[in-house]
Amino acid sequence: MTQTGALMGFVHRRRRGAELFLLLLALVVGIGAYAAVGLGVEGTVPADIVGYGGWLAGLVVAAHVAVRIVAPYADPVLLPLVAALNGLGLAVIHRLDLTYEAIGRTNHTFATQQLTWMTLGVVLFVATLVLLRDHRILQRLTYTSGLAGIALLVLPFLPVIGKDINGAKIWINAAGFSFQPGEVAKVLLVIAFAGYLVQHRDALALAGRRVVFVDLPRGRDLGPILAMFGVSMMILVLQNDLGSSLLFFGLFLVMLYVATERPGWLVVGAVLFGAGALAAYTFVGNVQNRFNIWLHPMDYYPGTSFQPVEAMFGMGWGGLIGRGFGGGMPERIIYAEADYILAAIGEELGLTAVMAVIVCYGLIVERALRIALISRDGFGKLLAVGFASIVALQVFVVVGGVTGLIPLTGLTTPFLSYGGSSLVANWVIIALLMRISDHARRPIPRMSDDTGEMADSEHTQVVKLQ
Amino acid sequence: MNKPIRTISMFCLVLFVALLINATYLMYFRSDELAADARNRRVVTAAFARERGAILVDKQPVARSLPSDDQYEFQRTYPQPLRYAPITGYFSYYSQTGIERSQNDVLSGDDPRLFVTRLVDMLSNAEPKGGNVELTIDPAAQDAAFDGLQALPGDARGAVVALEPSTGKVLAMVSNPTFDPNVLASHDLNEVEDEAKRLEDDPATPLINRSIGTTLPPGSTFKLVTAAAAIESGDYDKDSMVPGVAQFQLPQSTTKVGNWQGGSCGANKITLTQALAVSCNVSFLTIANELGNETMAKQAEAFGFNSTALTDLPGQARSLYPTDMDEPQTALSGIGQSSVTATPLQMAMVAAGIANGGEVMQPYLVDEVRAPNASLLDKTDEKPYSRAISRTTADELTDMMVATVNDGTAGVAAIPGIEVAGKTGTAQSTDSRPPYAWFVSFAPADDPKVAVAVMVEASDTARDEIAGGTLGGPIAKAVMQAVLDQ
Repeated sequence: MTQTGALMGFVHRRRRGAELFLLLLALVVGIGAYAAVGLGVEGTVPADIVGYGGWLAGLVVAAHVAVRIVAPYADPVLLPLVAALNGLGLAVIHRLDLTYEAIGRTNHTFATQQLTWMTLGVVLFVATLVLLRDHRILQRLTYTSGLAGIALLVLPFLPVIGKDINGAKIWINAAGFSFQPGEVAKVLLVIAFAGYLVQHRDALALAGRRVVFVDLPRGRDLGPILAMFGVSMMILVLQNDLGSSLLFFGLFLVMLYVATERPGWLVVGAVLFGAGALAAYTFVGNVQNRFNIWLHPMDYYPGTSFQPVEAMFGMGWGGLIGRGFGGGMPERIIYAEADYILAAIGEELGLTAVMAVIVCYGLIVERALRIALISRDGFGKLLAVGFASIVALQVFVVVGGVTGLIPLTGLTTPFLSYGGSSLVANWVIIALLMRISDHARRPIPRMSDDTGEMADSEHTQVVKLQ
Repeated sequence: MNKPIRTISMFCLVLFVALLINATYLMYFRSDELAADARNRRVVTAAFARERGAILVDKQPVARSLPSDDQYEFQRTYPQPLRYAPITGYFSYYSQTGIERSQNDVLSGDDPRLFVTRLVDMLSNAEPKGGNVELTIDPAAQDAAFDGLQALPGDARGAVVALEPSTGKVLAMVSNPTFDPNVLASHDLNEVEDEAKRLEDDPATPLINRSIGTTLPPGSTFKLVTAAAAIESGDYDKDSMVPGVAQFQLPQSTTKVGNWQGGSCGANKITLTQALAVSCNVSFLTIANELGNETMAKQAEAFGFNSTALTDLPGQARSLYPTDMDEPQTALSGIGQSSVTATPLQMAMVAAGIANGGEVMQPYLVDEVRAPNASLLDKTDEKPYSRAISRTTADELTDMMVATVNDGTAGVAAIPGIEVAGKTGTAQSTDSRPPYAWFVSFAPADDPKVAVAVMVEASDTARDEIAGGTLGGPIAKAVMQAVLDQ
């Protein structure tokens, strides 16, 4: 917990002008992509380009103005990155909608729904910034949010509202629309982990015995870790959701490591998860199938590996610069608008766009980790690290899965994929990161208005003279 | 806490770099491999929609791509579908056959010879176009062959192949029953699937190009090969006396084989020329028995048996002369029975080899490959396939075949004013199946321009030697005349 910036007399600039400029570029990406979809698929610029562009610009400007007023020192790069990704995602989903409609699928209004969700996301982004003036308040909610997070994870198991989609029980149905509670749970769990770890970091870091090379923790400190491990395994086995399981446990491990500065925790955690994953591989058919499909996708085509192989065909077909909007056949990939949106981008916009998207995510993670570095309080650091890890792990798992680097697990691509719960939760994550960075970059309020000639010690000396 | 944060940063960097590298590997380095997968529908659809080059016969297209206003930009059309289907094959969404398949790289524009064209298309942002393929087919000969087969009674199944003896050019190639490739090239994929299923289930196998895809006993036309082997052995010439009696006692067997007309071939001893002219079974059974399996096989293989010669079309069957036949089988092979089978193309090559002074030329269908702007990219060079017999043997055989037309069983193919060389054949397969009528010929005998083989398989074929002449002769004559009249 250094205060390097303040000690060296360095004061961060607000950089809101830079943010505005970058936001304009992001709007060019979003609206330009929307226009390109119209040109590529239908041959003309969409008739509603002004209304659509205006709406998108309105959302972005609203978020920007809110940041200017309530978080003027916040990081200037995060919002433009997110706006660009979200805008690109909307355009690609719209492009898929057009084809879905043309080939007669009943669901072809994903883009409209996604725009609604984005609007809600921006509203929550602004609300979070306005209502939460200091992120440290969240530390009070450590156990509340922990419980709420676990409760949300369990919700999909409940009989009436739980819903099983493609073998993964990660949805709930309420009031006619479905929702992935896991997406909200991940925000709550980061808060809970950060609060818990910042309180117990000393005990976790210092107590314990050294066995061989590993500093083993005390038995009583193991409790929460084992609990988290149990929850992850439960998600894996009961929900058939390798992605979320990996995400939650990985997140917890990273935060634990950062809080205690002891790599030994990583070893313990990795061994635990490795054993658990091996057990899951041995006993859960679904996990084994996914592993086999990953190793030999061509052997299972066009059977169970239809989706990943079509994605590979599509991305290979896209090549360096892609086929252009309307030039590919991304509708052949099942869930191209959701988990596989990156394959649709790769097919029509090429390796160039895929790399740009990956770099955008890399920048989000980099900004988040930078916020963690300069944050002045331990809770803020851990929160920022947690959110950075969520984005990094989720992007790695889903992009790695789509491109065949690792076995496929169902997760949304943050800000790109169709999916309301994910989009809204991610906007809140960005708001919280902005809040922490505003706090970290803001100049330290001066204790006195003097010229600085008189040192504190002199004051004390004067008092002592009495 | 900053030290672990920096470690985590490095770890995240590794993760993202791994993603970038893997994406590059998949989308750039594996791109070609994925595109080459036959199950990749994107590639198939793109190829299906592309403007393919034309297949030309005497500068006129027999297959071409026309602009279409539905989901695919171009529609493959075949102006004379039934006539040329066995050669062009079809180009459907699911598969290709014939020239459409063997010349796919040229027609689709992927051939390396079209690299410059492709580059220009790419730079000018034009849609890539395929190159054109000009065939060796002579349209007049093709028409004569097709019309001749169509005119036969009772939906006769058959095939005709005509070659230019001096070059190996395929002048005509017809197979009946045939099919309409336009239906298979349709953009209505349901209709395509139905038609493909109907054609595949049809017992008459219209999808098979009978001229290269079916092998049948060549019957008496194979006596040409037997006679060639006999003269090449040095023990015979066209005037050698051979047995012409009524029956031949098969070695190691009690079976006796007679002549097609029952009695003797005119005398107990006849000349080899006479034996061929009246298609005397006993003479050739005797010769084959005397020469033996090895000599016969060597001669058959010199004409192209036991291999395939035409590289321009897929789906070729291999004409067979087994090298392990016992004595009775070898004797029977002398009259084109037992296990000897031949494609019509093979028998045309036998005729063309004799016509070309003993040298069989490599048959070929693709004459020229042209760029979309009609500039010549490649022209096939004629090249010898094998030296089947010596020039003197060829000359003697030619005289014998001329006698067969002038005084023998092949008289139906005679053309006034032109010396024609020919041989009939009627092959028995099994009693339940009708015999195959064969006819091979070439003309003019002194300077051959065309060699033809006709094979007809019809239910009402009489089981006698005249049949080969009656059914196949007029077709062969029409094809030869079509070539010679130009």
